[in-house]
Amino acid sequence: MAELTYREAVAAAIAQEMRRDESVVFLGEDIAKAGGVFKATVGLWEEFGDLRVRDTPISEQAILGAAMGAAMTGLKPIAEIMFSDFLAVCWDIVSNQIAKSRYMTGGQVDMPLVIRTANGGGARFGAQHSQSVENWAMMIPGIKVVAPSTPADVKGLLAAAIRDPDPVIFFEQKSLYAVKGEVPETEYVDEIGKAKVLRDGDDVTILALALMVPRALEAAERLQVEFGISATVVDIRSLVPLDTQTILSETKKTGRVVTVEENPRLCGWGAEISSIIVEECFYDLDMPIVRITTPHIPLASADELEDAMIPSVDQIVETIRREVD
Amino acid sequence: MVKRATVKGKTPALKARLNDDIGEEKRLTMYRLQLEVRHLEQRAHDLFFQNLIKGTSHLAIGQEAIASGFGAALRPDDYTFCTYRGHAHTLVRGTSMTGMLGELMGKECGMLKGKGGSMHLTDVEKGAMGSYAIIGAHLPIAAGAAWQAQYNKTGQIAVCFFGDGTTNIGAFHEAINFAVIWDLPVVFVCENNLYMEYTPISEVTAVQHPAADRASAYGLPSIIVDGNDADAVYRVAITAFEKARSGGGPSLIEAKTYRHSGHSRADPASYRPEGELEEWLKKDPIPMYRQRLLDFGVKEKVVNGIEEAVIQAVDEATEAAKASPTPPVEYAFADVWADGGSSWRN
Repeated sequence: MAELTYREAVAAAIAQEMRRDESVVFLGEDIAKAGGVFKATVGLWEEFGDLRVRDTPISEQAILGAAMGAAMTGLKPIAEIMFSDFLAVCWDIVSNQIAKSRYMTGGQVDMPLVIRTANGGGARFGAQHSQSVENWAMMIPGIKVVAPSTPADVKGLLAAAIRDPDPVIFFEQKSLYAVKGEVPETEYVDEIGKAKVLRDGDDVTILALALMVPRALEAAERLQVEFGISATVVDIRSLVPLDTQTILSETKKTGRVVTVEENPRLCGWGAEISSIIVEECFYDLDMPIVRITTPHIPLASADELEDAMIPSVDQIVETIRREVD
Repeated sequence: MVKRATVKGKTPALKARLNDDIGEEKRLTMYRLQLEVRHLEQRAHDLFFQNLIKGTSHLAIGQEAIASGFGAALRPDDYTFCTYRGHAHTLVRGTSMTGMLGELMGKECGMLKGKGGSMHLTDVEKGAMGSYAIIGAHLPIAAGAAWQAQYNKTGQIAVCFFGDGTTNIGAFHEAINFAVIWDLPVVFVCENNLYMEYTPISEVTAVQHPAADRASAYGLPSIIVDGNDADAVYRVAITAFEKARSGGGPSLIEAKTYRHSGHSRADPASYRPEGELEEWLKKDPIPMYRQRLLDFGVKEKVVNGIEEAVIQAVDEATEAAKASPTPPVEYAFADVWADGGSSWRN
């Protein structure tokens, strides 16, 4: 094991896959010589050169279109969209082209590509560089959606996404880039579509994703120490495919479910999971499902305002204490 | 601009022209391809009015010389990308007429298993990499296929066909700039049929030639070709293909043409000025090409034989498609993912 930051794990995963497979190529804005605006791709251009690690113009449709055309014809491209908010300017390529082509052609077209993007708030960038848009992607049939919370998961799940024969949007939470963690140094590939139980409890099951995972863990610790409430924490990790087996079994163990979501409230991923739980294990519930989300408001930039919007440890603790008591 | 050949009479000199840089065999191929597109699309039109084809269709009747000229110049392993008006570009790659008509009719024999329809015709095995129904999207996608060819040094090229209306959407500009800076082996072909849907392109475009006048913005030469003359189209195609294959990067070609019908099945094209269609019917690419073959000394029997064979093929494909069963309902739930299924959960 080595201690890597979340951002270093991105480069480690890409390098691991580029070393073993010549068909893996990487394109995006400022990703090559500059090493990425978040410094998540430092060293790749130096190791793999101009042909495999390519800077692009500010042309998101061209970036994703080119990735798609290359994937259809035999390459395994990784495309970076610098901020997930920018997916809006190339959403046609994502939702109409990449997602649908295999289906619409009766299975003729392969689409092994990864779209990496910096998602979410906490960096005081304002509403056009801070949104959590994983729920946009979750709504599109034909796209896999992954959002890791730790450096180890970044390496393992990004490697898995690159090997996956289907298109994957890989949401990296930008406030997590500096977080450190133990990461396997040897070849490491995780499995997409498996949630992880990070903490076992008896009273309540907290379902969280990306930046909300460390907050849920901290909240669980405080709930135990301060209020004697024992919480399970599940890192969802992948919205599509969704590990409903783990979600349902962890729900049944405590009978109480709280989702912690960074996406705005309406049609957030927790709404879909709540619906599945209610349909499939309603009689195991001891209280209504509670969703803690960013409110249905664009994100503000000032520290105090942004912090008031994204679910915090305090808010998770307070909500669960109130609901579970 | 490549001038249209205007020749009359049968002379030894004209016979020599038959075996010029294009040659008799290619010319007969282009004639056959134009006829295949024409007869198949007319059949599609008829089947629509018999309610055997649902949804919509966008015919390219009058524009056949472009797909045929480019098609005849392509290598079998090259890639083509086209639009919802893509029957022609798909057919010239040698795809099955039965598969195409079956798809239009929603039958099991359909080339997309009944899951795409008229606007998404695709035959990957033939290099026909898809028909795209969102304007502009396939230009960067074609650039991506060209990137693969460049990266793997396969010598393949990608050809991307689109209409004049596409020149006003962002993806057009993103893709051409991108292809130029990466020297990608892709040829962008604008089929300027004078109308973007129901509106004259001249009313909504800042320049006279919507593609050619934009070429200089990307450091490309301005190329305009008579899109109703398959020979002229073939020659610009060969030049652009050689440039692309030799590492010279992309080309942008504007082919002037005219669609004889409206934008889609729903459009009677009543916005066209009186007499315009009649003028363009005189420039119908197919009778003109037939006359050229005769002028060049091809026997009438040979020329007629090509058309008879095409009509017979379209007839047989029509009957085969009609006889095909409807697709099994399971098809609707297949092929979302590479594992063949559609499951999003465990």
